[in-house]
Amino acid sequence: MTAWFQSWGMTYEWSWFIATIIGILVIALPLMLAVAMIIYADRKIWAAIALRRGPNVVGPWGLLQSFADGLKVFLKETIIPSGANRGLFLIAPIITFTVALIVWAVIPFAPGVVLANINVGLLYVLAASSLGVYGVIVAGWASNSKYPFFSALRAAAQMVSYEVSIGFVLICVVLYSNTFNLSGIVLAQQGHKLFGLLNGYGFNPLLFPMAVVFLISSMAETFRTPFDLVEAESELVAGHQTEYSSMAFALFWLGEYGNVILMCALNAILFWGGWLPPVNWKPLYGFFFTPELTGLFWLFLKMSFFFFVFSWVKATVPRYRYDQLMRLGWKIFLPLSILFVVIISGWLMFSRYGGAA
Amino acid sequence: MIALLAFYLFATVMIASAVCVIFARNPVHSVLWLILAFFNAAGLMLLVGAEFIAMLLVIVYVGAVAVLFLFVVMMLDIDFAELRSGFTRNLPFGIILAIVLLAEMVLAISAWKAGPVLSGAVPRDTAVEPNIVALGQVLYSRFLYPFEIAGLILLVAMIGAIVLTHRSRGDVRGQKVSKQVDRRPDEAIKLENPTVGEGMKL
Repeated sequence: MTAWFQSWGMTYEWSWFIATIIGILVIALPLMLAVAMIIYADRKIWAAIALRRGPNVVGPWGLLQSFADGLKVFLKETIIPSGANRGLFLIAPIITFTVALIVWAVIPFAPGVVLANINVGLLYVLAASSLGVYGVIVAGWASNSKYPFFSALRAAAQMVSYEVSIGFVLICVVLYSNTFNLSGIVLAQQGHKLFGLLNGYGFNPLLFPMAVVFLISSMAETFRTPFDLVEAESELVAGHQTEYSSMAFALFWLGEYGNVILMCALNAILFWGGWLPPVNWKPLYGFFFTPELTGLFWLFLKMSFFFFVFSWVKATVPRYRYDQLMRLGWKIFLPLSILFVVIISGWLMFSRYGGAA
Repeated sequence: MIALLAFYLFATVMIASAVCVIFARNPVHSVLWLILAFFNAAGLMLLVGAEFIAMLLVIVYVGAVAVLFLFVVMMLDIDFAELRSGFTRNLPFGIILAIVLLAEMVLAISAWKAGPVLSGAVPRDTAVEPNIVALGQVLYSRFLYPFEIAGLILLVAMIGAIVLTHRSRGDVRGQKVSKQVDRRPDEAIKLENPTVGEGMKL
């Protein structure tokens, strides 16, 4: 798009600037819509598993429920508790929301369709997702209230613990793909297993356990249900969101679900081939108008599947106790992922480089 | 022009937040300003093309170290009046530290001006070769031993921290998950059919 603006006689820098802004809007606005729809889907799936109907009043099949909720919080007053630290109290939801959006800059949606195709894409994802914890910590501290503060402490410990094992899982993927570029990782998965028939590292018996560890860790990273001790309503009222109202509360909500969709996308990209079809068969690459739209279709299909898994787990698995959460993170996932880093690097040394040092 | 604008933005915000780290009255605010400073430093690294270092700065310092800082500082119960009263007492010590830091900075800059630290180091083209590849090749060839030694030191530090903080308490009954999972109904439940008037023997 930069070249197109340049043809209008703009300098390279200005056309790059405008093209990037347009790219950001093209990603961020549909993302907000997706968050609204995904909240609806979450409630519907949860309701179906609990043999209820879920939202069914606003709009056809209740489809407009999220928009009604959004309108409601938008029209309410933002209340700032008198004891709160005013500036930080307002910044916290902004941090959560912004961090949930910035990671999307490096996510490849289809062949060539990515806002920033950078070499350190995976590290960028790790860096940006490690920022997410600040929203919770700052909110918990600035609220000047006991329950949000407990929630902030829990969030900090949980986030740091699970990021360690996620780091090692990502190293396994990078060892196989030889690159930190997310598009490169997707392309490296083409024809990865079964004589080039299947696309995706998840089909590799050495990487499948890591895919499972990553899926569970991504639930812990986004504070989804089996690990939602941060907002355990039976213990902490609403956790770090207790003192929040109206749009500030909604920003937390949007950021949280934005992160959930992001984690679904990452699961799809890192282990299940991203925008590649699951089977490496020529007609599957371009049956939907263009290769780009087909890639988008496959990625969305995979993301929807992972979101369904997230919802399914939310509806069926009871909440962990805090010591169990820490035990799973430090005593099971961490040794397991380190072991797999050793095994995979050994196997690659043996198979790819012939054992030569 | 955009790069220049970005440089001045990052540099200004970084210096301003560094000043705020010192002048903030609340220690939690100080830590948050420090995080902002780290973040802008990462931005500056990006501008000179050191993308890997920039990402590491955010992951390690902002994502882990500063979280623990914040964690500790938030839980401190600080008496501000007492904190201020120690100002004159600690002033000489602080001035010595500042002078040492300044001297080191001057030394580092003059050493850098004098020429490359390693003679014969080949400058790498970051536009062609990704940062990570270049760094990895240097770390695992030329600096292999320092790199391995650094790793060993970190391992020792980690084990030391665990040894120092770990205490085994005898009065805690830990959860044995494997035992719970292995339990079968016939070990846990006994079905009885008591006759009328006799009741159950437990």
